[in-house]
Amino acid sequence: MKKIEAHDIHKYFGDLEVLKGINLDVEEGEVIAVIGPSGSGKSTFLRCLNKLETITRGNILVDGKSFVETVGDKVRYAPEDVQKEIVCSMGMVFQQFNLFPHMTVLENLIEGPIQVQKRKRAEVVEEAERLLAKVGLSEKRDEYPSRLSGGQQQRVAIARALCMNPEIMLFDEPTSALDPELVGEVLKTMKALAEEKMTMIVVTHEMGFAREVATRVMFMADGIVQVEGKPKDVFDNPTNERLKAFLSVVLK
Amino acid sequence: MDYVIKIIPQMIAGCEMTFQVFIITILLSIPLGILLALGRVSKFKFLQSIIGLYVWIMRGTPLMLQIFFVYFVLPVFDIRLPDFHSAVVAFVLNYAAYFCEIFRAGIQAIPQGQYEAAHTLGMNYLQTMKRIVLPQVFRIILPPISNETITLVKDTSLVYVLAMNDLMRTARNLVQRDFSIIPFIVAAVFYLLATLFFTVIFERLEKHFSRYDK
Repeated sequence: MKKIEAHDIHKYFGDLEVLKGINLDVEEGEVIAVIGPSGSGKSTFLRCLNKLETITRGNILVDGKSFVETVGDKVRYAPEDVQKEIVCSMGMVFQQFNLFPHMTVLENLIEGPIQVQKRKRAEVVEEAERLLAKVGLSEKRDEYPSRLSGGQQQRVAIARALCMNPEIMLFDEPTSALDPELVGEVLKTMKALAEEKMTMIVVTHEMGFAREVATRVMFMADGIVQVEGKPKDVFDNPTNERLKAFLSVVLK
Repeated sequence: MDYVIKIIPQMIAGCEMTFQVFIITILLSIPLGILLALGRVSKFKFLQSIIGLYVWIMRGTPLMLQIFFVYFVLPVFDIRLPDFHSAVVAFVLNYAAYFCEIFRAGIQAIPQGQYEAAHTLGMNYLQTMKRIVLPQVFRIILPPISNETITLVKDTSLVYVLAMNDLMRTARNLVQRDFSIIPFIVAAVFYLLATLFFTVIFERLEKHFSRYDK
């Protein structure tokens, strides 16, 4: 069952074409690692999947439902309610965490489910507590985000996304803003999620994580997918010159 | 001292008018200011420009002139308001412009990431503003709001020009009647007490809202 089908995605910022026809099909339970030099368009591509950026051309289907399609020259997004449903089915974790600073950890988790999904508070709180236990932060339930370390904040952000019961999780460089000693705890949480067969797309600079956890690696440069394949093939036998150059720098 | 006690009831009666102008202005101009600010940061260029023009005019001309305008110029167009209403309309329109700028600055200080996080949770514009953005804005703008509030306490004395019996005019009348400057001193004490009251209130509010700071 295909979770995401993204075809021929183009994105312009003004006159600059940052995505030049990206294709990606994601099967249920796959973990896709998107790697590449900065400015390659990998974050932009991820952000197009949930309309944080609107695309200039292309089609995206999520769970078989059309999210956006291009007919002739016109890019057409699904009606508001369908859009909302699709966006809610994709959890997102940001580089800068983006927790709500005026809410406690628990309030951050239950905000979306209660306000948007209109679920019952008691039920959501119960689920939120279960998720906090899962990311190892039960005792931080009533703290404000500013009192947590970066690694703890990012784990809260993961729990917040999971509290919406998403089908897919998108990670936009989730460890890039963290102090080195805090990277491990976040990767561990993500790895546990992958082991539960969550469908994940992870834009990352953590090559170790990409190699170990990803089922497929996508190498992007200059707005196109240069190489795509199993981690072993991508990392151990690179033939693409751009990939070779990239790996020689990041794996040093 | 006896004299002070004798004039106090009259002074308090004057305070009533001052207080009415103050409270109605605050209650109406803050919500209006928020709406104007939302328009000013919206993506509609035309709306932005109109509100920009409005703010420029309201901040760029004296409040006293605006009071006169409402009082003397509107009747030319057959819009007649009682004294009190004229004064309040001018105050609300003027203060809304200042509050608009305060809220605009506050809204623009909220990082883009907050909007993006709200978007990924499926929140619409209203939910994002009400639940995520504005609560954080209130925290940021408390100090300038406190400033404006205290300024308004004193600006209410401008209704003097419409011959309304506020605290200021009451004091002036007593001074003229009794040939004593004591009513002025009593009025000053009244204004100072009101200012002190709001200073304390806003300090408490700031403390309350700072609970989620580092």
